[in-house]
Parts: sequence; C-alpha cells; structure tokens
Amino acid sequence: MMELKRSDWLGLPAILLLLGIFVLPVSLFMLKSVTDPVVGIQNFAQVTKDSLYAKVLWNTVLISGTTTLITLVIGYPVAYTMAHASGRLRRLLIFVVLIPFWTSLLVRTFSWMILLQPKGVVNDILIGIGLIHQPAELIFNRTGLLIAMVQVQLPFLIFPLFSVMSKIDGAYVRASANLGASPITSFWRVYFPLSLPGVSTGAMLVFVTSLGYFVTPALLGGLRDMMIAQLIEEQVADVGTWGVPAALSVILLVGTALLFTIVKRPNARTR
Amino acid sequence: MPRHILWGSLRGVICVLVAVYMLIPLAIVVIISFSSAPFLTFPPPGFSMQWYRALRDPVWLQTLGTSATVMLPAAAAATALGLGAALALERPGFPAAPAIRALLMSPLIIPVIITGAAFYSVFKSIGLQGTVSGLILADTVLCVPYALATISASLQMVDPRMAKASASLGAKPMTTFRRVVLPSISSGVLSSFLFALVISFDELVVSLFVSGPEARPVTVQMWSNIRGDVDPTIAALATVLFTFALLMLLLEALFGRGEAKK
Repeated sequence: MMELKRSDWLGLPAILLLLGIFVLPVSLFMLKSVTDPVVGIQNFAQVTKDSLYAKVLWNTVLISGTTTLITLVIGYPVAYTMAHASGRLRRLLIFVVLIPFWTSLLVRTFSWMILLQPKGVVNDILIGIGLIHQPAELIFNRTGLLIAMVQVQLPFLIFPLFSVMSKIDGAYVRASANLGASPITSFWRVYFPLSLPGVSTGAMLVFVTSLGYFVTPALLGGLRDMMIAQLIEEQVADVGTWGVPAALSVILLVGTALLFTIVKRPNARTR
Repeated sequence: MPRHILWGSLRGVICVLVAVYMLIPLAIVVIISFSSAPFLTFPPPGFSMQWYRALRDPVWLQTLGTSATVMLPAAAAATALGLGAALALERPGFPAAPAIRALLMSPLIIPVIITGAAFYSVFKSIGLQGTVSGLILADTVLCVPYALATISASLQMVDPRMAKASASLGAKPMTTFRRVVLPSISSGVLSSFLFALVISFDELVVSLFVSGPEARPVTVQMWSNIRGDVDPTIAALATVLFTFALLMLLLEALFGRGEAKK
C-alpha cells in the first residue's frame, strides 16, 4: 500500500496548478481539432490535402533538419575542444556558449536583423573584402533564417555533447593508438562511436525544439520559409479559427512527443 | 603537415569563429544602442545616450512596469511551488514520482506556440485574457519546470543523514526543515528565483497571446515595433534585457548554486 507522508502534500499546489492551468487548457485546445466547427476529422483532412499546409509542414521539417545538420558540424569540434581543454579555456568556451543561451530569443533575433540587413555589418564586410560587389540578400529568406537558428540552437547541441565527451575515457583512444591506429582511425573507430549518445541527444534536442520555432522564422524568414508555429499563430490570432490550428498543434505535439521519447533513451541503441 | 595537427588547428579556427558568431551580434546591438545616428548603422558615427533617454517615453515605461509587475509575483510563486514539489518528489518512495515530475516539466517540452494558443482560448472565456493576472499565471506555469529542476538538484546534494541526525536529536519535522534542510538549499532556492525572473522578463510567445492593450509586457511591445519601424530604441531595450539577464546570472554565480558557472 502506498504511504503518503506529510511533506508529500507540499507537491500538491504545483500539481494542481499544472493540471488546471496547463494540462486542461492544452487538452481543451487540442480537442478542438476534432470538434471545431463540427465533430469529425475534417480539420486533419484539410491540413493533409491543402497544398499550403503540406508545404509549411515540409518547410518545418526541412528547416529543422538543415539547422540540426549545420549545428552538428559546427558544434562537434567546439564540444570536443571544450571537453578536452584545460580548465581556463574550458571555462571561457562555456561562458561563450552560455551568455547567448541566457539572452532573450527576441534580442538575439533582433541582433541578426541588424547584422544581416542590406546595409548591415555582414554585407559591409563582404563588400569591404571584395567578395561581393552588391549587398547580398541575407534577410527575409532561408539563408538569414538558418544563420540565426543555428546560432540560437548551438548550445542545445554543445552542452549534451560536452557532458558525454568529458566522460569518455582517454585510455581507449590511447590503447588504439598503441595498437597502431592512426589518429584519424582511432577518432573514427573509437572516439566518435563513444560520443554518439551525445550526438543523438543533442541533435534530437535541436531538431525537436526547431520544429516549434516561431520568433526567428517570423522575423528573419521570407514568405516561403513559413513554419508550422507561424501558421498556428496566424490562424488563431488573425483568422480566428480554432479547428485547423488545433489540428496543426496536434501534429506538432505528436511529432515532438515521439522524438522526445527517443531522446529519453539514447543509450538503448548504442549500448 | 600531419593530418592530426591540421585537424587540431582547424578545431582552433572553428572555436574562434564560433565565439565570434555567438558573441559579436550581441556586442553590435549594445554598441548601436549608444549611437548618435537616427537609424541602425554600424559603426555608429558618435556616442549618444539619446536612445536610453527615449525609453522615458510612456509606452516603454508602462510596458517595462508591466513586465516588472508580472515577473516578481510569477517568479516568487513558481519558486514556492517548485520548492514544495521538489521536497515532495525528492523523498524516496514518493508515489508516481516520474509521472508527476513529467507533468511538472511539461511546459518546457510542449512548444510554447501551443501553450500560447491554448491559454488564449481558455483565458478568453474566463476573463483572464489581456489582464496582468493572466500574464502572472501564464509565467508562473512556464517557470515551474526551471524552479523544480534547480531546487531538486540542490536537494539531491543535501546529505539525508543530516535530517536524520536532527530528528533523532528530538527536533520536530518542521524544525528540521527550517533549521537543517532549508539553509542547505537556500542557494538553490535563490538560483531558482533569479532564473525565473529572467524567464518571465524575456517571455514573448505566450505573452503575445495572453497580453492585451491594458496589460502589455515590454517584449510584446518590442515585438510589434520590430515588425514595423525599427529604430535604435529597440537596441537600447535589447541592451536592457541583455544586461538584466547578465546581472541575474552574475548574482546567481555569486550567491546561488553556481549553476551558471557549470
């Protein structure tokens, strides 16, 4: 028989708040996907049939996937350096990644708007070094969106990867070197497989959180880069319908939940 | 040149470039906020505090006031709720602990756009939409996961033998809690409060749905200005937000659990 102690009741207020002011509203909203305007699956049918919705869903997956890939390529060497550097360099790198992590998303997206505009710093530099002659279009398109999203998401990749890498026993790599493996071979055959749990956790985290991005694509993306969250916002706030955005939210949530359950046991596959 | 030295120097170059990539955009916003030019140009032609003086405009004072009115009670409430939940959940043998922890962490996992839309639809029907109370309630829910995670982590550091010793010496449970447990997790509680302040102050997406003309936090006002006419006032505000987060992190590193240093 379960036995409750007096201190257990301290958890009750938080549980009640979350049930009443989170689970209930989210469930009621989700429910509208099959009840608004009438009971049925018409909203899901519309979302899958209409080419606009299909395109936005595809964009969302594509932009999130590209962000994840670029983040991985850039983040892996940084996490590696962080994990195997001396105390001072390590602290410096953590600081560099942590400061933007704690800065509001709006502020960071705004900073990219300033940098990437036609007369912005990036274009000034590119023209200054003679790489281009006319301002490149870096904003309100896929390029600008990806530049900002990768920056925002890098910490979500670097920190899980760093925590896995810093626990890797250097003896394995040394052993493979003693057995005659070249540094490249021992990296790919020994170190990289050991770091895979961090890679999968970090990459999945970046991908999943990218799926729900709203602020960055709304400010930096072009019309053709619309993502699912923008569509939900537009439908609720501007159009004032509930069925279709609720259906889109169900799709987003199911995708997010499925991927999160995979992240939860990243070691199952590699061990 | 051997390939591993090449790889080593490539790694160095990537790290420097990433540091530039992560920090320079923020640095440029801070510099532009002190610009004497009437538009967002870099480098600024001269130094001026005009954009900070522009913050005395009633619109900004009012929205900054709203943000402050929302973040203090929301952070306090979330910390209190998170403390209670952490104390309950950290007891070995607490029933259904993983499920309840998942429930309390769920606002962190569910995309904020869904939370925003859901709050909008429910708050509208119960008269909370567009009110300060609605914003406080929303931010409290969003901050609970951070509070729970931070305080749980510091509770795990407390040696359970300390509480046992205090109890066996005759202290009542409340006395043990007040004199033994609470002092050892006070820095975790402070960290939780500081983090919650930052989360609430920076919150935008859910606030876009929950706010109204009567109750508008500064981030929502910034959002609508950014989408219209952008002037360096936004850079000044961005600097204010950035400095606030930095200050809280610093306080946290000095007096809190030191999570920020990790």
